[in-house]
Amino acid sequence: MAREPIALLTDLERHFAAGDVIVRALQSVCLTVEHGDYVTVMGPSGSGKSTLLNILGLLDRPTAGTFHLDGIDVGTLTDRDRCHLRARRIGFVFQSFHLLAHISAFQNVKLGTIYTTTPRAKRRTLAYEALERVGLAHRADFLPPTMSGGERQRVAVARAIVANPSLLLCDEPTGNLDTETGSTVLDVFAELRQSSDLTLIVVTHDPDVGDRADRTVHIRDGFMVTT
Amino acid sequence: MFFDLISEARTGLLTRPGRTALTVLGTVLGVAALVATLGIAKSAGNQIVGRFDELAATSVVVTSTLGNDQVLTLLPWDSEQRITRLNGVAAAGTITPVATGGALTAAVPIHDPRGQAEFQLPVFAVSPGLFAAARTQLLTGRTFDAGHSQRQDNVAVLGPGAARRLNVTYIDRLPVIFVGDQAFVVIGILEQVGRTPDLADAVVIPEGTAQHIYQLEAPTTVQIDVEIGAATLIAEQAPIALAPNTPQDLRVLKPAEPTQLRADVADDVNVLFLILGGVALLVGAIGIANVTLVSVLERTGEIGLRRALGATKYAITAQFLLESATMGFMGGIIGTSIGIAVVAVVATTRTWTPVIDPWIPLAAPIVGTLTGLVAGAYPAIRAAGLEPVAALHNA
Ligand SMILES: Nc1ncnc2c1ncn2[C@@H]1O[C@H](COP(=O)(O)OP(=O)(O)OP(=O)(O)O)[C@@H](O)[C@H]1O
Ligand SMILES: [Mg+2]
Repeated sequence: MAREPIALLTDLERHFAAGDVIVRALQSVCLTVEHGDYVTVMGPSGSGKSTLLNILGLLDRPTAGTFHLDGIDVGTLTDRDRCHLRARRIGFVFQSFHLLAHISAFQNVKLGTIYTTTPRAKRRTLAYEALERVGLAHRADFLPPTMSGGERQRVAVARAIVANPSLLLCDEPTGNLDTETGSTVLDVFAELRQSSDLTLIVVTHDPDVGDRADRTVHIRDGFMVTT
Repeated sequence: MFFDLISEARTGLLTRPGRTALTVLGTVLGVAALVATLGIAKSAGNQIVGRFDELAATSVVVTSTLGNDQVLTLLPWDSEQRITRLNGVAAAGTITPVATGGALTAAVPIHDPRGQAEFQLPVFAVSPGLFAAARTQLLTGRTFDAGHSQRQDNVAVLGPGAARRLNVTYIDRLPVIFVGDQAFVVIGILEQVGRTPDLADAVVIPEGTAQHIYQLEAPTTVQIDVEIGAATLIAEQAPIALAPNTPQDLRVLKPAEPTQLRADVADDVNVLFLILGGVALLVGAIGIANVTLVSVLERTGEIGLRRALGATKYAITAQFLLESATMGFMGGIIGTSIGIAVVAVVATTRTWTPVIDPWIPLAAPIVGTLTGLVAGAYPAIRAAGLEPVAALHNA
């Protein structure tokens, strides 16, 4: 039996009302992502990449069109079900990290587990392992404002992978990293894909990231450009 | 789930102690103002009633003079003895106005044409126990005893006003005053006239003397000082003791029921202060609401992040409500303590007895908690209702 694609977007539209003008951030987007795929999304600034990722991460709702996650039309789900999917199935690395400034890197990572069903006793271990994976075990007790941009980005990656998601969405996860640490993060992704059935969708400007991916989709002015 | 909620709320409160303290401070001020206002009101009310009690609740007056100087039954000369025998009476004495036929009173027998040295002063005949029964206080000298009355001595005690007008200040040289052509030796001067304001400007003489000189027919009024709680009983027994055959012909003045009186006065004062306390609480509550509102709005980004990580609206609302309720509760406890301390200090400096209704220390923290809940509810529910991405953008 063929599995449903993990993400299926059909005629997706996302419009924003900015004053009098309507910004069409996404227009008739159709996209199929199979389980285990590694897809990069590329396109100029303002083309709608983050908007697309937000919808895939159930952080935003499309203006029109449908999004099926594992065959389920998520537009029909209750808020509670969408929350459970976010907590248990999806990991998200934000373009601007969104770390809480007043708690340590370790606690920030642990925050990725508290809305899951992971037993409390196991969360500390998971958080520590995730930090170790991105090479930041020695920064566990640092507060985010005292860390470098690259370190913060890796904390954000650790938080996204800590709950072992099946769909990992990354908005420029290597944007602030030098080539070497960038490739550490990419190695982590590769490892995760090997050890589990992880699906990766990564927004990037970095051709290195694109090279490692199975395929790349391009977006321009809200339209998908097939290559 | 529940433990997560508590631990997240605790983290939320403890990671930014400064912000938490500021928010709590709002509640502290509001609740402290409320408790202090109510406590001071209660103590003041109690104090007023207490003072009132002392003089009024223990005074019973029996008089034979009905309206229009009509007298149906004469009081006996041994009224004082009859009443003092009753159980519950601390002191008793008669007081009777004396008709002197318009005689003027002077301190010296010489007529001084330049200034007024003669006055028409009221003269009262009293039995020895009256001074204690009326709770008068002596400025100097002494009051009468039974001997003065029996011997019909020409002695007098002056009310404070009378002493001033007659210019009598010292009694060690046995000053003499003249009422008409009758001479009296002043043996004492009153400072306070207590329950018998009539004595303020009066010349007070022994009953026996008045009988002898002015042919006083009978006493007209008995002043009784009763023990606390005995007023009602004595008010019933006194007329029977004084006029066993015609007790209904005597008029009895007894104090209003003290419990009723206490409640009335306390109510009046309480309403006033309850309004003040309500205003204080309202101002405090607006303060709390304001600070809570700002601090939740400031955390919209955090709410967006938690939502993105999978927190339900319910989890967010519960966490933020728990936080603001906890702050409200702590503020309520601290505020109550401060309020009580303020009441104690104010009462002590004014030498009142501090009185606080027992429900106040229990209710105040609840009021604080509720204020915190109400203040936190609006911003928390609003922020939880945003789509995660919208909340994140607010960061
Ligand atoms: N909340 C919003 N309200 C109004 N316009 C928005 C909103 N969010 C995004 N847009 C607009 O939608 C378009 C796409 O934005 P998006 O953030 O998806 O771009 P992007 O491809 O991620 O760009 P970058 O590479 O710079 O991150 C932009 O023109 C942006 O101004
Ligand atoms: Mg972007």
